[in-house]
Amino acid sequence: MSYSKPKFKDTYHNFINGKFVAPIGGEYFDNTSPIDNSFIAKYPRSQKEDVELALDAANAAKEAWGNTSVTERSALLNKVADIIEANLEEFALVETCDNGKPIRETLNADVPLSIDHWRYFASCIRAEEGGASELDSNTLSMNIKEPLGVIAQIIPWNFPLLMLSWKLPPALATGNCVVLKPAEQTPSSATLLMEKIAEVFPPGVLNIVHGFGPEAGKPLASSSRVDKVAFTGETTTGQLIMQYASKNLNPVTMELGGKSPNIFFNSVMDEDDAFLDKAIEGAVLFAFNQGEVCTCPSRILVQEDIYDKFMERVIARTKSIIQDNPYDISTQVGAQASNDQYEKIQSYLKIGVEEGAIVLAGGAACKLSGDLANGFYIQPTILEGHNKMRVFQEEIFGPVACVTKFKDEAEALEIANDTLYGLGAGVWTRDAHQLYQIPRAIKAGRVWVNCYHAYPAHAPFGGYKKSGFGRENHLMMMDHYRQTKNMLISYDKNKLGFF
Amino acid sequence: MKRIDITKEALKVVEELKEKYGELIFHQSGGCCDGSAPMIFEKEDMYLDESDILLGELGGVNFYMNKDQFEYWKHTHLTVDITKGRGASFSLEIPLGLRFLIHSRLFTDEENNALGNY
Repeated sequence: MSYSKPKFKDTYHNFINGKFVAPIGGEYFDNTSPIDNSFIAKYPRSQKEDVELALDAANAAKEAWGNTSVTERSALLNKVADIIEANLEEFALVETCDNGKPIRETLNADVPLSIDHWRYFASCIRAEEGGASELDSNTLSMNIKEPLGVIAQIIPWNFPLLMLSWKLPPALATGNCVVLKPAEQTPSSATLLMEKIAEVFPPGVLNIVHGFGPEAGKPLASSSRVDKVAFTGETTTGQLIMQYASKNLNPVTMELGGKSPNIFFNSVMDEDDAFLDKAIEGAVLFAFNQGEVCTCPSRILVQEDIYDKFMERVIARTKSIIQDNPYDISTQVGAQASNDQYEKIQSYLKIGVEEGAIVLAGGAACKLSGDLANGFYIQPTILEGHNKMRVFQEEIFGPVACVTKFKDEAEALEIANDTLYGLGAGVWTRDAHQLYQIPRAIKAGRVWVNCYHAYPAHAPFGGYKKSGFGRENHLMMMDHYRQTKNMLISYDKNKLGFF
Repeated sequence: MKRIDITKEALKVVEELKEKYGELIFHQSGGCCDGSAPMIFEKEDMYLDESDILLGELGGVNFYMNKDQFEYWKHTHLTVDITKGRGASFSLEIPLGLRFLIHSRLFTDEENNALGNY
């Protein structure tokens, strides 16, 4: 079964104060599909004054929205989930067209997970309670969580709708207004969502401004009229945003990627059974979403005594991946999101080989035929080498895994932790002790144990080390969007006696 | 012995940006999405200190990399190039529909010795 490119309007606008608004300067940029490099639509090339307009709206709405009952806020979040669900296929198609990922993923992962995140935070905000402590028989300390006010959110292009759905629900549930800038490579699903939910929230509560990083992203992230910035992206921009936030003394949360180890202990091959099959798939998950995942399991570490046999099966599975038209439901790997990604990945393949890495699978661009020849496809690639090579240390953000051997637990941990990052990791074993001890010793915020690449709401997700801080997908994220009002109440009629 | 060079095409873009913005710096990014790519900013935009290693100067623009990252990169010679594309960072070439990128090659033993990489 195959879908085809969805229909778009010629031009789209920012969503500010409950309305679609043209950019003040009247400039637009062309958005294209990485599937065949074809034109999708024009999107606003917003500037500082457009960001200011959105901030006017958000600041004007924050008082009323912050005082809206949790019952109502929760109901509105659920409404958004219902609307996405009712249009699931349309969202999936638009996402595939804009990002290049296969339709089977957008239908079964991106959009359903997005829906669930809205519902999860709609539930959390109803279920949680504040705190009260009796400090002595006459003194009560009461904690009330209050929204921060206006939140700036800057999201990436690898999971456009899902990243939006990680960021918006906790901020909105807790009573904040938001100005969100989608990545300029993938503005479509955010815009489709605004078209579908334009009437759901009061004007100004949710605003979307499109445009380029230096022209729209920077004025948003550095504005003294926001109370917090949430960012997912890379380290240099993360550092800049923290700098801007320091001038405003604003809190930030950062999710900055990783170079995640996926560790296979020899016990995985004790039996040739369903679990071994799962482990092999677990290694091949590096190719999921074309490797454009912050937690891509891009370093495969295999115990030396099973290395040859295990890798033989991983290579065979990798070579059987179907890479073709992303609109075709049987396609497993689609296009990289943009030409610059495509070029960057190829430059890494080159330096990998030059550093002495051996190509075990793939190793080059993938040339498809017809219109797809204009798209940006890279073959799922496995490079064999050692952990000091640059391909083992840098996030390639492509379908490229680097594999190396280890002798024992100590060496596995040494290699796993020899990285600047600490976002994700995988541990595969049948050994009950390793199941607990190895994940505890890995310096990463999320360790998948006998699984990988699951991102359910209700499991906190975030980084150690240079991968950032903050924990998304979990109710603890709500506290990253709030401050605590402590009321210290005396029920004592008598004075202190000091004066 | 230089650690970093720039292609003619990329240099042209640097000159164009210098004319528009004045003094600039390059900073090599790491991490996800648009990471692992060089970014160019107005000189005062980014706070730099001794944790940022100066790799060289390209058309009057200093190129920096974080010290931790440099440890993993220092055995490779870098060339800044330019390609069509659309990054999502604050790098100043993005509105031009262009992205800087890095090509790398291994230093020879002789070069490594000259640079004190061992």
